[in-house]
Amino acid sequence: MLGYLANRLLLMIPTLAGVAVLIFFMLRVVPGDIVEVKLRGDGGSVTQETIEAERARLGLDQPIHVQFVQWMTGLATLDLGNSMWTDRPVTEEIGVRLELTIQVAIMASIIAIMVAIPLGTISALFRDTWVDYVVRLVTIAGLAVPSFWLGMLIILGLLYYANWLPPITYTPIYVDPVANIAQLIWPAMAVGYRYSAVVARMVRSSIIEVMKEDYIRTARAKGVFEKLVVSRHAMRNAILPAITVIGLEFAFLIGGLVVTEQVFNLNGLGKLFVQAVSRNDFTLIQSIVMLIAVIFILSNLVVDVVYAWIDPRIRYGGR
Amino acid sequence: MQQTTSAPPSGTPPLLSVEDLHVHFVTSRGVVRAVEGVSYQVRPGEVLAIVGESGCGKSVSSLAVMRLLAKPAGRVVHGKIMFEGVNLLDLSDEEMRERRGRDISMIFQEPMTSLNPVLSIGQQLMEPLFIHLNMTEAQARERAVELLKMVGITDPERRLEQYPHQFSGGMRQRVMIAIGLACNPKLIIADEPTTALDVTIQAQILELMKELSRKLNIALVVITHNLGVVARYADRVNVMYAARVVEQGTADDVFLRPRHPYAMGLMRSVPRLDRPRGLKLETIEGLPPNLLDPPKGCRFAARCAFKADICEQDPPLNEVEAGHFSACLRAREFVAGTLAPAPAAPVEASARAGKASEPLLSVRGLKKFFTVARKGGLLSTQTSEVRAVNDVSFDIAPGETLGLVGESGCGKTTVGRMVLRLDNPTAGEIRFKGEDIAHKSPAELRAVRRKIQVIFQDPFSSLNPRMTIGQIISEPLMVYKIVPNAKAAAERVAELLVQVGLFAYMAERYPHEMSGGQRQRVGIARALAMEPEFIVCDEPVSALDVSIQGQIINLLENLQHRLNLTYLFIAHDLAVVRHISDRVVVMYLGRVMEMADGDALYAEPLHPYTKALLDAAPVPDPKIEKSRAARALKGELPSPLNPPTGCVFHTRCPLADADCRRIVPEPREARPGHFVACIKV
Ligand SMILES: Nc1ncnc2c1ncn2[C@@H]1O[C@H](COP(=O)(O)OP(=O)(O)O)[C@@H](O)[C@H]1O
Ligand code: SF4
Ligand code: SF4
Ligand SMILES: [Mg+2]
Repeated sequence: MLGYLANRLLLMIPTLAGVAVLIFFMLRVVPGDIVEVKLRGDGGSVTQETIEAERARLGLDQPIHVQFVQWMTGLATLDLGNSMWTDRPVTEEIGVRLELTIQVAIMASIIAIMVAIPLGTISALFRDTWVDYVVRLVTIAGLAVPSFWLGMLIILGLLYYANWLPPITYTPIYVDPVANIAQLIWPAMAVGYRYSAVVARMVRSSIIEVMKEDYIRTARAKGVFEKLVVSRHAMRNAILPAITVIGLEFAFLIGGLVVTEQVFNLNGLGKLFVQAVSRNDFTLIQSIVMLIAVIFILSNLVVDVVYAWIDPRIRYGGR
Repeated sequence: MQQTTSAPPSGTPPLLSVEDLHVHFVTSRGVVRAVEGVSYQVRPGEVLAIVGESGCGKSVSSLAVMRLLAKPAGRVVHGKIMFEGVNLLDLSDEEMRERRGRDISMIFQEPMTSLNPVLSIGQQLMEPLFIHLNMTEAQARERAVELLKMVGITDPERRLEQYPHQFSGGMRQRVMIAIGLACNPKLIIADEPTTALDVTIQAQILELMKELSRKLNIALVVITHNLGVVARYADRVNVMYAARVVEQGTADDVFLRPRHPYAMGLMRSVPRLDRPRGLKLETIEGLPPNLLDPPKGCRFAARCAFKADICEQDPPLNEVEAGHFSACLRAREFVAGTLAPAPAAPVEASARAGKASEPLLSVRGLKKFFTVARKGGLLSTQTSEVRAVNDVSFDIAPGETLGLVGESGCGKTTVGRMVLRLDNPTAGEIRFKGEDIAHKSPAELRAVRRKIQVIFQDPFSSLNPRMTIGQIISEPLMVYKIVPNAKAAAERVAELLVQVGLFAYMAERYPHEMSGGQRQRVGIARALAMEPEFIVCDEPVSALDVSIQGQIINLLENLQHRLNLTYLFIAHDLAVVRHISDRVVVMYLGRVMEMADGDALYAEPLHPYTKALLDAAPVPDPKIEKSRAARALKGELPSPLNPPTGCVFHTRCPLADADCRRIVPEPREARPGHFVACIKV
């Protein structure tokens, strides 16, 4: 298992290198650069010299291959450079926001798992009864309703019924857990709904499939309690496809929460990303893309490890 | 163990008594009456066999006893299922659950899918012990080890920790039996327990079940379509047809004196190991009725040679002789001997090729090694070699049928695929009409390809479901420009359909609208479209019911004589191979063990493996079977990844000694035309 993990981690390197190359050139293909935005942004007049000087300061006057070599060597030494806009180190810019975003993603995943697995299971077991219809209605709504809209409803609801608004400033969980949760639980719920809906539908269909399997009939023929037939025999098999979905959704939440962050006024990674793009802040964009790639790969790896842990056919390399 | 114990005295009260059982399935197309008025009894220690074509209600009637019918579609609408004096249908779900696995166990057909892939064998085996017998962990473990030993699994302590995918099919079925036996049930229902297994493993499993049932006085209901199995193991037999029991009696009654035309037909349509070739197989033409809308009166009438006016009445299951029941309205005439089926006709005299003629296909030193990733690490780059075919040589004369038999994984199909050049040989020669086709490029093969065609085992998966039968058959005609235009193609399709016993109008149909036997005929028509000289038949009848099997075999034989075809006939069923083949090659673990004229091979097998195979295959005759000693071959097929040294058969051979572990025996001509690869013969 350790060898396997080491192998997988090593395999990340070529993948990430590919991403690095791709994002570097894609940015350079798009016309316009940060200096224009920064200095001419509010219609002010600046001299051509000032612009050239700023270009030189940021290294944008160098030939493209030199910039590329700088970027790649920077990556290799884990030095991501400074933001072209704020001049602060990229790691510092990202750090705080990543913490917040990851926490929201984790909370949303927990909500999704806690809601989706029982809901999907019940829906499957009571297939084509009113219970199933209600659950399916709720989950379809979850797919249809945009998270930011739900977020707005939540805020309005809190204001109207509790006459209270969640705090606007971010407090890390290790500083004040209550204030932290009071702020982040709402966005987590807003995205958690759609997330639960996706996972619940997956759980439902895979339980329905698994319940038709021969080994379920075997379990019943052994006189196993119906509850155990579901929880022991069906669940472990049915959960496998749901885990894949959870992994993908989790990775998507990092950087994919732009509008929801806006609604809850959160200073998250999504917002930072949009800012960086609108400012043509190359170093920051590149770094965020690399980060998201790392998270995608890692969550995939976690999914595979969980798979292997649940499914002995993978663990022991059969079939 | 000698099979001399007879059925328990009929005086003992029945353990299970099914009375007038009716089961319906509500489907979108209407109500399927899957079981109609079935009654039977089983006594402790008795073995009851249920036989009949697929879809006749065997499984459904047994699942009804377990109360495991698919919900909500399946429902028992009438009848009683009395078990130890209690009607199981009156019990609550919880009371029924308590009986399942403790008093009544069921063993299912598919060992590969019947065990839960994510739970260990130990967990699955110990589960009923915890539930029904409240055992502690230690007691359950001890009992589980004992059970695995009882069903012949070595190293049981370690095996308990393993998972189903680490077991072969035969071993999984043993585990299923162990699970079935766990709580000492009084009744075991086994639904096709050995259908998916090889003959030698089948014999081991059935011997085991029979022995255990005698020893522990367990009543056994065995559902099967293998009449040889019935003859060997059953005390009593139920023959089912279209949701009803049509004949019921002791094994002797049903086999030796069948009193229902369907049962008679069944007995006569099985190819038999103990009969020489040359007799045409009897067949039951036609298909069973659709249970959505069954005909009035006798349901067998449409296929019955003895149909008369009275057959429009509903035939009751009457006792026609002591303890022997038949649902034929003319049964008494059969008993009295005034009515009897005609004797079997000989096969049309064939223009068999003489020995002297040049072989059409000649294979020399054929090898196929596959490279596979080593088990273990997901990314491990280590590989091993599977020796699927290792040094195989044979000739096939024009107009001849060469049978290729062996257990699954012995390399039969790979040989066929290489002859078709679907796989490229690792080494060796394949000469077709003197030309070596083993090393030709696909372009050079084009002309030869037409002449060598194939018929596959699974008629459904080999036909494109989105094409009509006409399109399927005419496709190669157009591709190879055998016909000038679409109109000629349509005419040729019609001609081919008639040639294989179908109707021209069926060209419009889609594969799913046809039965298994009809689909296999389409597969044959598609092969014939190319006007081949040579056809590789890979298990062409294995997926079909006995009566349909006979029809296809007869068709293949007739076509061979009419069109002067040559066959390589690959199968695991020795009786089928015996029936159709002129010469037979027996393979084991990629090597040829024995090769001889069919009659010589079956009359006097020389190789220990061939002997074991023939011993394992039951003959549908209870007189012969019950007097035969059980000689099940021990052990399982070794892995071809790591084949035994010397003679590959030595791990299972009763004659093996130190020499056999060293020397690889070459096939030698022990008698004229009879080759055997064994150093002791
Ligand atoms: N779940 C189901 N839904 C509808 N029809 C079914 C179902 N299971 C079985 N049947 C029908 O019941 C009949 C008997 O089936 P079965 O008992 O499985 O036959 P067999 O004799 O091959 O075991 C068939 O016509 C089959 O199509
Ligand atoms: S009742 Fe008539 S049709 Fe039916 S099996 Fe007997 S003879 Fe044939
Ligand atoms: S060579 Fe030896 S092991 Fe092989 S079949 Fe002959 S006697 Fe048996
Ligand atoms: Mg069945």
